[in-house]
Amino acid sequence: MAARRRKPRLGVWKFASCDGCQLTLLDCEDEFLAVAEALDIAYFPEATRAAVKGRYDLSLVEGSITTTHDAQRIQDIRRRSRALITIGACATSGGIQALRNFADVREYASIVYARPDYIHSLATSTPIADHVPVDFELRGCPINKRQLVEVISAFLAGRRPVTPAHSVCIECKLKGNVCVTVAHGTPCLGPVTHAGCGAICPSYDRGCYGCYGPMESPNAPALSAKLGELGMDQRDLTRIYRTFNAGSPAFRKESERNGP
Amino acid sequence: MDHQGPSVLTALGLQALFDSLRHRGYRIVGPKVRDGAIVYDDLDGVADLPQGWTDEQAPGRYRLARRDDAALFGYAVGPHSWKAFLHPSVQRLWTARREGDAVTVTPEPTSAERFAFIGVRACELKAIEIQDRVFVGGAHIDPHYRARREGAFIVAVNCAEAAGTCFCVSMGSGPKVEAGYDLALTEITEGEHRFVVEAGSEAGRQVLAELQAHAAMDGDLDAAEAVVQRTAASMGRQMRSDDLRELLAANLEHPRWDDVADRCLTCGNCTMVCPTCFCTSVEDSSDLTGAESSRTRRWDSCFTMDFTHVPGGSVRASARSRYRQWMTHKLSSWVDQFGTSGCVGCGRCLTWCPVGIDITEEVRAIRESPSKQGAGT
Ligand code: SF4
Ligand code: SF4
Ligand code: SF4
Repeated sequence: MAARRRKPRLGVWKFASCDGCQLTLLDCEDEFLAVAEALDIAYFPEATRAAVKGRYDLSLVEGSITTTHDAQRIQDIRRRSRALITIGACATSGGIQALRNFADVREYASIVYARPDYIHSLATSTPIADHVPVDFELRGCPINKRQLVEVISAFLAGRRPVTPAHSVCIECKLKGNVCVTVAHGTPCLGPVTHAGCGAICPSYDRGCYGCYGPMESPNAPALSAKLGELGMDQRDLTRIYRTFNAGSPAFRKESERNGP
Repeated sequence: MDHQGPSVLTALGLQALFDSLRHRGYRIVGPKVRDGAIVYDDLDGVADLPQGWTDEQAPGRYRLARRDDAALFGYAVGPHSWKAFLHPSVQRLWTARREGDAVTVTPEPTSAERFAFIGVRACELKAIEIQDRVFVGGAHIDPHYRARREGAFIVAVNCAEAAGTCFCVSMGSGPKVEAGYDLALTEITEGEHRFVVEAGSEAGRQVLAELQAHAAMDGDLDAAEAVVQRTAASMGRQMRSDDLRELLAANLEHPRWDDVADRCLTCGNCTMVCPTCFCTSVEDSSDLTGAESSRTRRWDSCFTMDFTHVPGGSVRASARSRYRQWMTHKLSSWVDQFGTSGCVGCGRCLTWCPVGIDITEEVRAIRESPSKQGAGT
């Protein structure tokens, strides 16, 4: 890195999502200047209006695919991108809007909109990786700021990001927390959930809600048996796996095993 | 005090012990009630100890409960172990800085912290002994562990209460402390609330000499002995351990491994809470500018996929192979590797497993229907 090379061009793209993950990048107050220093931020509608066409060395993609237009747009972005990294639960598992995958979307639209015929949306909300090859998926709803900086730093250094796929329990124990399930009888999805948040909820005496989606080898049926002992009925179990990562295969399967 | 044998301290005398340790520059760590459990944390004085508290433990379940006396050490071990202090969960190893073409690597200095551990149990002393063998007993010495270990002052306690998940008697590791302590206490709540104290090292003798302790009488010693006897007779769990190495080695294809795999979450909690588990993973990081990087090690677990990741995937991809690796290492191959069992019968992995998988029960199931095929792969 002795000679100053051209700065890699960054594009930040939005699909069906709440913008929370993109905002995580802006929220990197201390690091944002360093990001702007290291990368040429060529497309980032949340931060700048200067849309630049052309090719991108790194694309960060937020949001899920819910319309035919978006299904085409992601193909274009993939073609323009050297590396494509998806960020957040929407982009990696379809997000909360994947609840439509369990229902009839036309029926929803007819209740919500005065002119449902104006709504052109797909029957499902799907992750980006269902449509194009993805180089790396960063999980979370929303993503964790520290992990985002890690992923960008790793990209710049050409190394593998350190974002372990083990359970939230390991993060919880590294922090020295007392387990809320064992010591208080509080239902917690930590054992089946992907690490990354730093075990925020158990650190504040609450059970994990599964914001980071399934961990690397989830055994949800075994956890559900325990959650049942702690007082959750089948309806509760169906719902608890059906939140921001409802569309992820492991959580979808377990929610459907417990109810419609 | 100038006698050599066991002495007796009052609760007030115990505070004098805290004062003396603090005066000597120790950071005092011991049991404290926090978040519904008895954890190990910094202590200001005797008043921070969980007086009048006990715990109720079963596989997958822990609850604090009130005692009907004012005992200071009337509970068993909790979710923490001393390894959090001697072998911290996250330890930086070095940092590197690039300036122009020059790279400077700065190794992380070893800790100057001197801990005084209050209330170390017999099984925990054995666990520390096992980790000593791993970190400072071989050709490769871990400087971070050594620095923390050498500076530590250990105040042990003979257990007066066994939890429903304890089985130190089966593992030959308790409940009476045998060696490896500076001072050892036995708390007596019958009659006058007092502690029988024995010194196990020169440092312990020096500290004890400064305290207002008087020589223990026969009555004190008998009462102390009765405490340990009572605890030994009330173990919550039992596990025959003399033949475990052979039993497990001969049952590597036992159907019980599939059964436990159905229940195991591969969450890794058992390894995090185990006081002898020592495995770490090494993580490198670099900053956005590429000017600074560092290497850190953190506790890892044989239950994670990354633990055996090689190009092409994880060697132990199934829950069956991961649970089997953990249990056979603890109870069988640990003996080949380090000359002792890797389990001290503390019961933490039973209590803190969210689904209550009980190592003693898994062994029993295998023992009661040994594999017909014999050793597998
Ligand atoms: S509180 Fe939840 S995340 Fe933490 S160890 Fe317990 S089950 Fe796992
Ligand atoms: S294997 Fe379980 S009982 Fe044995 S020392 Fe480890 S945590 Fe304690
Ligand atoms: S035995 Fe229990 S604590 Fe250990 S990995 Fe399996 S479920 Fe988790």
